[in-house]
Amino acid sequence: MFLETLHLALQAILRNALRSFLTILGVVIGVAAVIAMVTVGQGSTDQVEADVSKLGTNLLMIRPGQGQGGPGGASSTAASLTLKDVDAIQDQVSSVNVATPMNSRMMTAILGNTNYSTNVTGTDNRYLEATDWAITEGRDFYDSELRSGTAACILGETVRKELFGSSSPLGDVIRIKQISCRVIGVLEAKGASSFGNDQDDRILIPIRTFHRRVAGNQDVSMIYAAIREGISTDKAKVDIELLMRERRRIGPGEDDDFNVFDMKQITSMLTGISSVLTGLLSAVAAVSLLVGGIGIMNIMLVSVTERTREIGIRLAIGATERQVLMQFLVEAIVLSLLGGLIGILLGLALAVVGSNMLAIPFAPDPVIILLAFGFSAVVGVIFGYFPARRAARMNPIVALRHQ
Amino acid sequence: MTLADETPVIALTGIAKTYGEGETEVRALQDVNLAILSGEFVAIMGPSGSGKSTALNMIGCLDTPTSGSYRFLGTEVGSLGRDQRALLRRNYLGFVFQGYNLLARTSALDNVELPLIYQGMARTERRALALRALARVGLTGREHHHPSQLSGGQQQRVAIARAIVTRPDVLLADEPTGNLDTARGQEIMELLTELNRDEGITILMVTHEPDMAAYAKRLVQFIDGRVASDTTNPAEIANVS
Ligand SMILES: Nc1ncnc2c1ncn2[C@@H]1O[C@H](COP(=O)(O)OP(=O)(O)OP(=O)(O)O)[C@@H](O)[C@H]1O
Ligand SMILES: [Mg+2]
Repeated sequence: MFLETLHLALQAILRNALRSFLTILGVVIGVAAVIAMVTVGQGSTDQVEADVSKLGTNLLMIRPGQGQGGPGGASSTAASLTLKDVDAIQDQVSSVNVATPMNSRMMTAILGNTNYSTNVTGTDNRYLEATDWAITEGRDFYDSELRSGTAACILGETVRKELFGSSSPLGDVIRIKQISCRVIGVLEAKGASSFGNDQDDRILIPIRTFHRRVAGNQDVSMIYAAIREGISTDKAKVDIELLMRERRRIGPGEDDDFNVFDMKQITSMLTGISSVLTGLLSAVAAVSLLVGGIGIMNIMLVSVTERTREIGIRLAIGATERQVLMQFLVEAIVLSLLGGLIGILLGLALAVVGSNMLAIPFAPDPVIILLAFGFSAVVGVIFGYFPARRAARMNPIVALRHQ
Repeated sequence: MTLADETPVIALTGIAKTYGEGETEVRALQDVNLAILSGEFVAIMGPSGSGKSTALNMIGCLDTPTSGSYRFLGTEVGSLGRDQRALLRRNYLGFVFQGYNLLARTSALDNVELPLIYQGMARTERRALALRALARVGLTGREHHHPSQLSGGQQQRVAIARAIVTRPDVLLADEPTGNLDTARGQEIMELLTELNRDEGITILMVTHEPDMAAYAKRLVQFIDGRVASDTTNPAEIANVS
């Protein structure tokens, strides 16, 4: 009996090849779109999280001013930070492992005929530890160089490549503005950050050199403080805030005029953005699923005249309502399954291509796959089955006469 | 003759069928009384719109009367459920429609096999029966043609093959020769006569053509939804106009 039903259903599918194809197409588009988009969205979220965890979640950033929403939002009215603040945090806050100053500016580095505009950062020799970075060639700044403000520089990998190509830069002198700067080291390549900027596109120089020869003042625009192992971010944050309030003479009840960010905040901000994006993609995908569903519905409704007559014929020659319905159900299920499987394969293939192009991990989610598949199957079955059920309940003659 | 033989296969008593309501009400059948015995060959005639198809559909359990009683082999059809009526159609009735009603894009053979599939017959057996039925209506060699690849007369014959393939007790044919030339029509009539004579199939046939009606042994005439005349007199049948 089941075999006969399957036989009848397959016969009907083949007989109406175009309609069957269009139905399958609706399911395929819906399922593939959802799977591809959600998979790519999930992959990019994973990527952001991986990037941020590489940055180190034990890093605090201190900036002057009471900016909101991130490291770029500080206002300029508050007094600047100083090197003394850095030393105070390093020496007096026991929850901080290392504190390092930073001040940076976009400048052009010149070697011979080659010009290259890059980020020049004044800092000290705790910077590498704080940012969990390493030198591949050469060395870090000596204390003596930091004290005296020597024109020594450490190049990021991108800068080294731009200026020196394949040769070693160690000992060579490059020009940054009017400073002639000896290259003492090259940083390990780090790649793009989760903000998308190239972290290797920078030159490090001693902060005093920066103050004297670039900035012309003693400002420190940001302090990185790496938290000691095993101490919570919140505790370190409070410790730093207390010290800074005291140092900046902020009375009780007054607001901070500086800001301590932790990487966790930034992590959650970035993953937040990424999941909003994933949400958007999913919404678009859901729309295509809906469009696919409407496509199926359309095909089914358009064919309902012909199918109603077909049902009338089947009833007239002795089929029972149940036999007719089983045939239509099997037909709808076969089409939906076929469309669903093709859709899953196509969606995953698109996601693999997309992930490769965006250089993000391929992160298929079985729940979404099942969901998309389930939805299309349900749509296919509903729109294949219910019009048929209506027709199968008619008097045969009414179904036969259906125009 | 035994008593069982005298129980009509088909017994219509006070049958009425009304379509629509109020202004648009159409009384397609009114107070139709008709008893048909096993083995009869009945021609139904009458003007267009007189209710012939309506009556035949009712007898074929494709439609239900508005009022009245319809007994098939002694069973009140009105008291049967949809599935039981489907079984009646499947096992006892063969129907040839006025407009063929073949499945489109489906070969003649598959069309003829269809009723046997619903009977649950095994594949090889039903294939053999379907081929035989097609041969019987002279369609050997056309088994794998689709309806759109067949002439009107050939489609008509596929429809007849489909109706007789189950060896029904009663064959209902709504203008089975309506689309055929006289020679082809006569072939069909000879086939029906043969089925009636050799296999004892009871036949009810609606027709417009007196030539075709002349093959029948009984003539029922409808006018305005009523049975206007009912005769088994060969002379009357031969002279109908
Ligand atoms: N579904 C319907 N709805 C409304 N009226 C109908 C319907 N079917 C038939 N009728 C009406 O019932 C009457 C009888 O129709 P029927 O088809 O039985 O005629 P007929 O004798 O078979 O005619 P013909 O020789 O043209 O086939 C006609 O007046 C027709 O308009
Ligand atoms: Mg008619």
